Amino acid sequence: MKITMELQDISKNYGTVTALESVNLQVLEGEVLSLLGPNGSGKTTLLKIMAGIEKPNNGEVRFDSVKIHENNMSQMRLKTTMVFQKAVLFNTSVHENIAYGIRLRGLSKKETDERVKKALKTVRLEGYEKRQAKKLSGGEQQRVALARALALDTNMLLLDEPTANIDPKNVSIIEDVLSWVNKEKKTTMVIATHNIFQAETLATRAALLLEGRIIKVGTPQEIFMLPSKLLANYTRLENVFTGMSRISEEGTSIIDIGEGVHIEAASQKIGSVSAYVRPEDIILSVQPLISSARNTFEGRIKEITDLGSIVELRVKAGREFTVQITKRSFNEMQLNLNSKVFLAFKASAVQIV
Amino acid sequence: MHAALGNEIIEGFIRALQLIFSGDLTVVEISVRSILISGSATLLSVLWGLPVAIVLGLRRFPGRFLIKGFFNSMLGIPTVALGLILYLIFSRAGPLGFLRLLYSPAVMIIGQAILITPVIVSFITSAIESADPDIKNLAKTLGASETEASIAVLKESMNGVALAVTASFNRAIAELGVVLMIGGNIAGFTRVLTTTIALETNKGDIELSIALAIILLLIVFALTLSVNLIQRRKT
Repeated sequence: MKITMELQDISKNYGTVTALESVNLQVLEGEVLSLLGPNGSGKTTLLKIMAGIEKPNNGEVRFDSVKIHENNMSQMRLKTTMVFQKAVLFNTSVHENIAYGIRLRGLSKKETDERVKKALKTVRLEGYEKRQAKKLSGGEQQRVALARALALDTNMLLLDEPTANIDPKNVSIIEDVLSWVNKEKKTTMVIATHNIFQAETLATRAALLLEGRIIKVGTPQEIFMLPSKLLANYTRLENVFTGMSRISEEGTSIIDIGEGVHIEAASQKIGSVSAYVRPEDIILSVQPLISSARNTFEGRIKEITDLGSIVELRVKAGREFTVQITKRSFNEMQLNLNSKVFLAFKASAVQIV
Repeated sequence: MHAALGNEIIEGFIRALQLIFSGDLTVVEISVRSILISGSATLLSVLWGLPVAIVLGLRRFPGRFLIKGFFNSMLGIPTVALGLILYLIFSRAGPLGFLRLLYSPAVMIIGQAILITPVIVSFITSAIESADPDIKNLAKTLGASETEASIAVLKESMNGVALAVTASFNRAIAELGVVLMIGGNIAGFTRVLTTTIALETNKGDIELSIALAIILLLIVFALTLSVNLIQRRKT
């Protein structure tokens, strides 16, 4: 398969801090490569070097087999673009934001307008042209940033945690769009994420990045096969628990995750495991629930984060759980910091590796 | 005594309004000259101050802090002190005396431009610095060259740039020290609003002084208000 971009022995320091160390990585044409790693592992720096907006201290970048240097950097930048973690928008209309890069490529007004319209349709924001970009919600702003990148029709798309800090509805729209773009347009994509499920859903290959070094490159399934502690500590920060698992009489797994908390999982695995529960799979109530859920805990709300239509709660129930509920439910239940709540999730909602 | 002074001010105010609304030639001539000289000075200071502000706002280099500090401290330079320095430079015996510019509108433009350059540089630098630091990188990822990316940052800082230009013009048109010392207040040639107000008040012609002071305030208010309105419409 043809190599779109190749990084050879890339190192980057900021003063005495090493952000990247001897990184070697190939991005293949048409693939979705996910850069997995915790915050501060060097994902953003690596993407910025790939986008040509950060210079490595050492090593070289090749794009379409051509070595990139100062003189041909701007040509590479026309063939690749990047979407930042926090949407960066010009303080103008949605149309002007998307049109900026198209104009730099010298397209006519008619073509520019058509491309803007098409890009907005792709991210499901039709008719938003005249709206002030910075007055949109966080999720909508990120979709505008994505539309702006898509409108350029570049060979390669770099995305830095494109779904971090936005509500689940916008997350699913962005994930749908990215899957569609890769399938229909065959655009090569590199997505930085600390969410291993996103890596599994979207990516054909994944590279695990820890403390500025690439630990492993492989299919998401191969990454899943890494020692569980390494994975759990670094790839998904919410509702990741490690502990010893034993098989119960009913044939389910009982995992001791510490602080006297045991989680029941439907699949069977013995020994040291990592368990994940998606925040949206946890049911939250103010009264104890009588249900089929095998995992029920009592706890108190420690943190409340507004994500638009969704509210994210951190609940201390022995261990800390992250739970997502709709704002309507949040208001109806009159929840506050330190409110007593009950959590419930099915054994089948627990994924163990 | 107090009542007499009060009456004088009221009478002066009424006479001033008559002067303004009758389109008195002297008043019009002095006002237009003030606007032209201070407008040209503002343009000139933008011409040389803007590139300096862009470099200070976007680049990091040794000595940058010192240059910024210099322009910041020059913000409050006393106009009379600058007027004196320029007088010595442009007077016959001075280093630029051969240009024979002293007591001409040209030297008034240069003097005011120097006076307001620190306002242009300091305000625009700080506006650029407070723009989203990722804007330059964003523009580059969308295909912009180094220069195009700098223009994008400047566009984002437009509110600050407009404020700097307005404040500069206002400081120029309202200052007295520089224009008086190097302009000489020659009737029909270098006489502007502030120098006339000072002169006429000394002479006791309070009506003309009040009329010109009202015009000066109106110019400053009208310009500031228009710039604010344009900015509001944009957002």
